[in-house]
This record gives sequence, C-alpha cells and structure tokens, in this order.
Amino acid sequence: MSLTRLERVFGAEAPSNCRIGRPAYRKALICFLTCGDPDLNCTIDLVKAVAAAGADIVELGIPFSDPLADGPTIQSSSYRALQAGTTVSDVIKCVEAIREASEVPLVLMTYFNPVYNYGLERFANDAASAGADGVIMTDLPIEEIAQWKSVADTAELATVLLVAPTSTKERIERIAKMASGFIYCVSRTGVTGAGDTLPGEVVELVNRTKSVTDLPVVVGFGISKPEHVNKVLQYADGAVVGSALVDLIARHHHTGDVLERVSEFVRSLKG
Amino acid sequence: MSREQTQVPDALGHFGLYGGRYVPETLIPALEELTTAYEKYKKDPDFIAELESYLRDYVGRPTPLYFAKRLTEELGGAKVYLKREDLCHTGAHKLNNVMGQILLARRMGKPRIIAETGAGQHGVATATACALFGLKCCVYMGTEDMERQALNVFRMRLLGAEVIPVDSGTRTLKDATSEAIRDWVTNVRDTHYIIGSVVGPHPYPMMVRDFQSVIGRETKEQILKREGRLPDYIIACVGGGSNAMGIFYPFIDEPQVRFIGVEAAGEGIDTNRHCATLGKGRPGVLHGSMSYLLQNEDGQVQLTHSISAGLDYPGVGPEHSFLKDTGRATYVSVTDAEALDAFCLLSRVEGIIPALEPAHAIAYAAKFVPTLDKDKIVIICLSGRGDKDVHTAAKHLGVSL
Repeated sequence: MSLTRLERVFGAEAPSNCRIGRPAYRKALICFLTCGDPDLNCTIDLVKAVAAAGADIVELGIPFSDPLADGPTIQSSSYRALQAGTTVSDVIKCVEAIREASEVPLVLMTYFNPVYNYGLERFANDAASAGADGVIMTDLPIEEIAQWKSVADTAELATVLLVAPTSTKERIERIAKMASGFIYCVSRTGVTGAGDTLPGEVVELVNRTKSVTDLPVVVGFGISKPEHVNKVLQYADGAVVGSALVDLIARHHHTGDVLERVSEFVRSLKG
Repeated sequence: MSREQTQVPDALGHFGLYGGRYVPETLIPALEELTTAYEKYKKDPDFIAELESYLRDYVGRPTPLYFAKRLTEELGGAKVYLKREDLCHTGAHKLNNVMGQILLARRMGKPRIIAETGAGQHGVATATACALFGLKCCVYMGTEDMERQALNVFRMRLLGAEVIPVDSGTRTLKDATSEAIRDWVTNVRDTHYIIGSVVGPHPYPMMVRDFQSVIGRETKEQILKREGRLPDYIIACVGGGSNAMGIFYPFIDEPQVRFIGVEAAGEGIDTNRHCATLGKGRPGVLHGSMSYLLQNEDGQVQLTHSISAGLDYPGVGPEHSFLKDTGRATYVSVTDAEALDAFCLLSRVEGIIPALEPAHAIAYAAKFVPTLDKDKIVIICLSGRGDKDVHTAAKHLGVSL
C-alpha cells in the first residue's frame, strides 16, 4: 500500500534499531489559515507560499458563523471569510486548485454544522476527490463521531482528533482508537489564540498521549513564535501555528508584500 | 408512544436524532462530571429537601394557578388559567433551574459561576443565587440586549455580578452563549456554567427540564384540585424552551393534554426577521446539541429578530425538536405586533403585565381560545412579569417615558 501524504510527512518507518517504542517520526510544522480570508485566490497563493517556505502540513479552516472553540483572531478571520462569501463548496474548490500546484498535505478544520449541512458522505467524497487528506471538527467528540468516521474511512480521509489537558488517559486511549493521521493535543484549557508563553501542562499531556498511541502527536493552541515551535518539537512530533499567521495575514493582506512576509515568518518558525 | 416519550434522553443525551454532545474535547470531562453529580444528587434526599426548601421559602413556590375570569370572558371560548411564574422571586421561572444548578455546583465544589443571558432574567436569577451563596458570578450578555434590557443589567450589577458585554456577531443571546462557552472551556476546572434553558450539550437539556418540571407538577395538582380533570391545552412560549418543557413534561404521558409551543415570528416568518426555529429551521448543531436551527443554505447560523430578547435565538431545545417530529407538541408563531397587543390586553383585562416572552403565548391564546368550546380548559404558562419590558413596549407604542 502506498503511503498517504500525511504518512510521508512524518515518515512511517519503524525505529531503525529495533528498540521497542514509538516510531521515530520526522518533526512537522503545521500552519493554519482560514480559507477565504481575505479571499479565495489569496488563500490559494498563501497556501502555496506557506508550503514553499517549509510548512509540512496546512490546516485549512472552513469558516463557521459560531466558532465557539476559537479566540478573537480566528473569530474575526472566519467572519471576514464569510462576509467575503466563502462557502463549503468554495473551500473544496480551493483544495482542488492548491492540489494542482502542490503536494502539501491539507487537513480541513471546521465545526460540525457546515459539514452536516453539506451532507457527511457528500462532503467526505468531495473533499477527498479534491485532494484533502484529513478533517478536524472541533466540536465533534468521539461520542458523536461514528457516522462521520465511517464515511471518512471509506473516502480515505484521516480523522484527526483532539485531546485536551482535561482528557484522562482512559479517554485518550478511546480517542486514539478512533483517530487517524495524527493526534492533536490542545496545549491548554481554552480557545485558540496566540500566547506569550507555552503552558507547562502540555508536556505531560503529550507524554500521556504518546504512552497510549503510536500515531504522531502534535501540539496546537498558543504557539506563535519560533522558540515555541522549537520547544514543542523537543517532545512532540509536530507544532501547529494558527492565530499568529492569521493575524499576520490580516495585518498585511492589503499590502503588496503579504506573501513575502508570510513566507519569512514560516521560514523563521521552521528554524 | 408514552414509554418512548418519557425515556428520552438516552445515556448520551439523545432525544431521537436530537441532543447529544457537540462540544470541544476540553469540556467532555466536565460534562461527564456534571452528569454523574446530577444523577447522584437528584436522588439524594438531602439535596431534594434543600432544593424544596429554597423553592418554597426563597423562590416563593408553589406559584398560583390563576383562573383568568375576565380574559376568559373577553375571549369567549375555553376557560383560561394562568400559571403564575411571574410571581417567582426575580420575576420569572428562571430561578427554578438556577436554584437546582447552584446547589449542585456547591456540592461539586465549583466556586465560580458563569451564565449567559438574553432578556436578563436568567442573568438576574443567577446573580441572585450567587449573592445568596456568596459565589463569584460572571454573566455574558450581548450589547444589543444590554441596551434593551438596561434595567436587568443594573439589577445584576447590584446583586454583585460582573456583566460582561459581548459585542461580537449578533450582539444578542446567541453570541452571549458562545462567549460563555469559551469562558467555560478556559476555566472549566473551577467554574460551573449555569445554562438558562433546555439547550446545550447533555446533560443540560435533561437537567434544566427536570428542574423546571416543578412548574408542570404543581400545575397538574392545582388543576386537578380546581377542575377535577386535566386541561385540554397547555400553551407556552418557546425561545430555548425551558418554561415550555417545564410545564409540558409532567403531562407528557397524558395524550389528551395537547401542547402548543409559541415561537416568535418577529416581523413575520416570511421575512428574514424572526426566530421561529421549529417553524422555519432544519436540523443542525449549535451550542453543543443537534436540534432545529435557523441556518442558511450553507449551514451558517442565521441572524434572528424578536421584540422579545428572551426569544431572540436561532436554536431551540432538542427535546422540542423531538416533540415536534413525534407530533406530541404543536409549534406555532406570533409576530411582534401580536405579542405587543397581548401585552396590552393582559395588562388591561387582568391587571397583570406579562413579560414580552409569555405575551407571545397570550397572543396565540387570544386567537385560539375563541375557537374552542366553553367546556374546554386552556392553561397558559405566564413565565415572567413585564416590568423589564415597559421601555420596549412604550417605544413601540410611540410613548416617550
């Protein structure tokens, strides 16, 4: 079986020296952008630029009117994208356009309602045919995921699931059994948004998660600086940068050099 | 059908297709903790006795079931009774639920309480209970609602609560709820979120219904004592739908008692300025549960409007969606103008100024009761009093105060 784009990023080989333990994954930088902010053509260019500057995976946000797991930066970004008329179909078209130019793995990140409204099976099929690699739905915990999981598996889309500082080991075990692609550790209790310092409790969460799964374990929420990424990659397999990038785009999208600024920022994160 | 009706929700909070838990992972352990605590204490004699004593001595229960003689004569059809939740302490049914949840929060050792509010009644009830028990209280409220319910904002602050203005999105109940959920995700370890209606993730729709069911239990006892039989119709307004679930639920296995929920048609359900969720919505997920939802063709939640801040919400409790689909309850809507007429009507003929929310139930009764025989009995849940709405009413009636 050929490796998926996500598997190629982390490298799926077993540890070379035959020690018992987790696979030694390559470290991944994951960048989040809201699709359609400021507009769809910009998003396509931004994703290409971010990938070229070194992002290993791109999370593409499908805007939702009521993003209750997001802080002010991504709330405003979703609002701008919706004001610009972005629809779920537009995001899928955007994936298709990116795929023509880039093999960067694309994970769609959204809330359940836009997907449910589009139709679970239709969404899974359309997203997969367009070239998406996985889906994260922030408000779809394992209790409600059965139907989605089955259509996503059929369409060969990874089901990326979140674990939180409040998740017990038993619960992380149940989550890991339902997840594919990678596991997303939420660094703190709270909503998305750039922070000055990284919360200490995330190390413990990453270790708890690694102790029950061989899937790659990445960390997101509050990672905004090169030193955050460096630190997180010492213990996790990937680091997600979202709000800091979204904010940079918001501040510079009207200027001619937004692609350069974004590329420079991603290069600095990549270190 | 009765067994199916009373055995909802299932263990994961599903009322048929509706309900459930659609929330970020961070909150799941807190919802499990809350469910466990609720299941334990709802059977605990000390908890029950404490709640009953507060409902009696502090909230002022039981509230009267009042035969509205002049309204009955005016409408010229069935006999009309009013369940007087407007006489509860703080002026609405909201405190029934808040007392239950605050006693639970104390037992769970949560020192901080948050709430969302639309009309301000739930916020005032929560601020009141927090003052009573010396708990820290933060209430999220949309800035548009703060403007139209300025009196309640002052009351909350007087009671020692922090009122946090929400200026995002619609600047009403929907965004206040989102912001309260964001606070809870952030402070989940020491904070209990008192949701004010039968909405949100499991166990809230079930738990809030159960705490509000005191309305229906009393009503049943009172009407049997007074008339020797059950009513033919129960009419209640539905925003999220907690007063309606509270009065309906104890009658759920009495199919001869028909339930009518009245939604807000705003400027008309064929305009885009209404909040008749069950009338015009379709299933979707908002604020943690699957239910009917007012949304556009792309699954984005729609803007709503009602003269009544308490009904101005694009979602509805999942059990109402279930009752609609099973046909156990019927849902209708009345416009701002009809509600305003009813606000004036009840004030004039009964000397009772209703809140604009139950004015919607009165307005539907004003159309429906005249079509019924005189031997029929209709009970309207008068969920709150209208003091908070006199400014809004005056403005719409062209009177400057």
